[in-house]
Amino acid sequence: MPSLPDRRGHYGQFGGRYVAETLMPALLELDDAYSKLRRDADFRREVRTYLKEYAGRETPLYFARRLTERLGGAKVYLKREDLCHTGAHKINNTVGQGLLARRMGKPRIIAETGAGQHGVATATVTALLGMQCEVFMGAEDVRRQSLNVFRMKLLGAQVHAVKSGSETLKDAVNEALRDWVTNVTSTYYLVGSTMGPHPYPRIVRDFQSVIGTEARRQIRKQEGRLPDYLVACIGGGSNAMGLFYPFVQDTGVEMIGVEAAGDGIETGRHAASISGGLVGVLHGKKTYVLQDELGQVQQAHSISAGLDYPAVGPEHAYLHATGRAKYVAVTDSEAVDALRLLTETEGIIPALESSHAIAHVAKLAPTLRADQIIVANLSGRGDKDMNTVADYLGVTL
Amino acid sequence: MAAANRIDRCFARLRARDGGAREAALVPFLTAGDPDLGTTKTLLEAVCRGGADLIEIGIPFSDPTADGPAIQRSSARAIEKGVSLPKIFEMVVDLRRSFDIPIVLFGYYNPIFHYGPERFAADAAAAGVDGVLVVDLPPEEADELYRPLRAAGLEMIFLLAPTSDAKRIRVVMRKAGGFVYFVSMTGVTGSKQIDIGSVRGMVEGLRSHCRLPIGVGFGITTPREAAAVAAFADAVVVGSALVRLIEESSGSDALAAKVEEFVRELKQATRNPAIAAA
Repeated sequence: MPSLPDRRGHYGQFGGRYVAETLMPALLELDDAYSKLRRDADFRREVRTYLKEYAGRETPLYFARRLTERLGGAKVYLKREDLCHTGAHKINNTVGQGLLARRMGKPRIIAETGAGQHGVATATVTALLGMQCEVFMGAEDVRRQSLNVFRMKLLGAQVHAVKSGSETLKDAVNEALRDWVTNVTSTYYLVGSTMGPHPYPRIVRDFQSVIGTEARRQIRKQEGRLPDYLVACIGGGSNAMGLFYPFVQDTGVEMIGVEAAGDGIETGRHAASISGGLVGVLHGKKTYVLQDELGQVQQAHSISAGLDYPAVGPEHAYLHATGRAKYVAVTDSEAVDALRLLTETEGIIPALESSHAIAHVAKLAPTLRADQIIVANLSGRGDKDMNTVADYLGVTL
Repeated sequence: MAAANRIDRCFARLRARDGGAREAALVPFLTAGDPDLGTTKTLLEAVCRGGADLIEIGIPFSDPTADGPAIQRSSARAIEKGVSLPKIFEMVVDLRRSFDIPIVLFGYYNPIFHYGPERFAADAAAAGVDGVLVVDLPPEEADELYRPLRAAGLEMIFLLAPTSDAKRIRVVMRKAGGFVYFVSMTGVTGSKQIDIGSVRGMVEGLRSHCRLPIGVGFGITTPREAAAVAAFADAVVVGSALVRLIEESSGSDALAAKVEEFVRELKQATRNPAIAAA
């Protein structure tokens, strides 16, 4: 398989740089700076040091014995990204890009956020590095995730409630792009997932690849071989890309991305861009997009705010189109069941995003032999979701 | 083909004006379908009567990342009305029966990609469209649409911005047709006041790299500003100010008359920039 993306940021027909001309020089500047720094030993050491001493890497690869017994099939391992500082894999990317922005001499950081996890991870790193931070968040999400808004403010970030469009993540990205086009010379846009125009999908993938690199080493040490399956949830797709990428050449390892089916793909209320969308162009990239018959982008629906996005990272679109990875979808109700399953069997409360991956593991493992191995990415912890889950289960807190 | 198209003829006519005084093209922008397509057609006729030299018709999109609040709201209203490309083409056909004015469609790529670039180019040409500007389609990604547009005899119009250096200008000029749309500021449409002095410097700097007429847009809201820009640019684009006027007077019987009057004032300003700016 060729090394992707190509020079202009394409993964086959996907990816690219679909932005207004005003932003092109900034993307070229970023591409240039990143291409140099990714080979710079000093920069790499700096990123590694922060990930180890600040974010808490490496994270364990944990054999989930009771979950495995309950499911009665393949051995299930969990990559414990939930144990990272701030409670999810997001910090891997914000540490990397925060340091990149500092090297580029950009004093002001902007970011989009849905549930607030990427916003918190960004505000955390800007506090750490002493940089200015502004976060764009849909007004609807600001209401639903007031705790994360408070965290961001405590961390010194300014939070803008975005009142345009559907007032959710898609609109937060629109507004972040509008801010960037306005303040492009002073500002670094710290994109939170493997999305946006080139080089963002590649940068985010590279910074998240630490997940798969560690997992590959750990499973070889613990089991003496590579796993049969990798399973991870997909919104924009950064935790999945981080786990998958170091295994792409290992053709014996099957990779499965789990999208959010919301109320069910057949209801139209879902966030499964690959399973239920069409190829299109949104937020700087060509990929699968949820859209109507006129090419207007539709709102995504998922119980998990982190998966509630109507498109997917272009490299996932490519892995899907080439058949290298397989994409399935899991409903809200299956995800909540999986959250309870993991909590009861292992004493680990997963994030609703990660619960989608666990839900697919619960379907897959029983169909496999006891000597087969699944590595699932536990991308985040569930504390942030307790109000949502209680609501869903009809419990008043 | 290039020499014969309406956009080139429009700029040639303005250059050839008697007396040596410069006259800039006035380019009003309207969102198709705001408040509805019937009204848009009426308003486009008013715009033509008011003296527009070229018109830009916005194809509404759900996620207009280069637009400020006025055009965002306008696009949302148009989408609500179910505006589609076939209906926009029908309206252009209708308008063509009475007006020979150059027409440029202005939009974002997804609705066009979804419709099919080949089909879009063929249908736009058949309807009488002269040029297409797709905000989020820089030259590097444009071939998929550029080739069928050129094959159909349409111009592809590109943006240049204050951030464009000499290298970017070269890349853009390789594909640019019709005129160059110079974005007057780093920002979204209708958001900030234009800084005339700095735009003049940038446009004058651009001249030596640019074989095409240069239009300036973003942030031009009054006849006075239009005149100031007309003093050094070949075309003046007014979008958000017009869209706001339509928003404020929507439903009023006087809407078309107000739009025509505003366009007439703007045209007077670009026809005699020295007098109007004084």
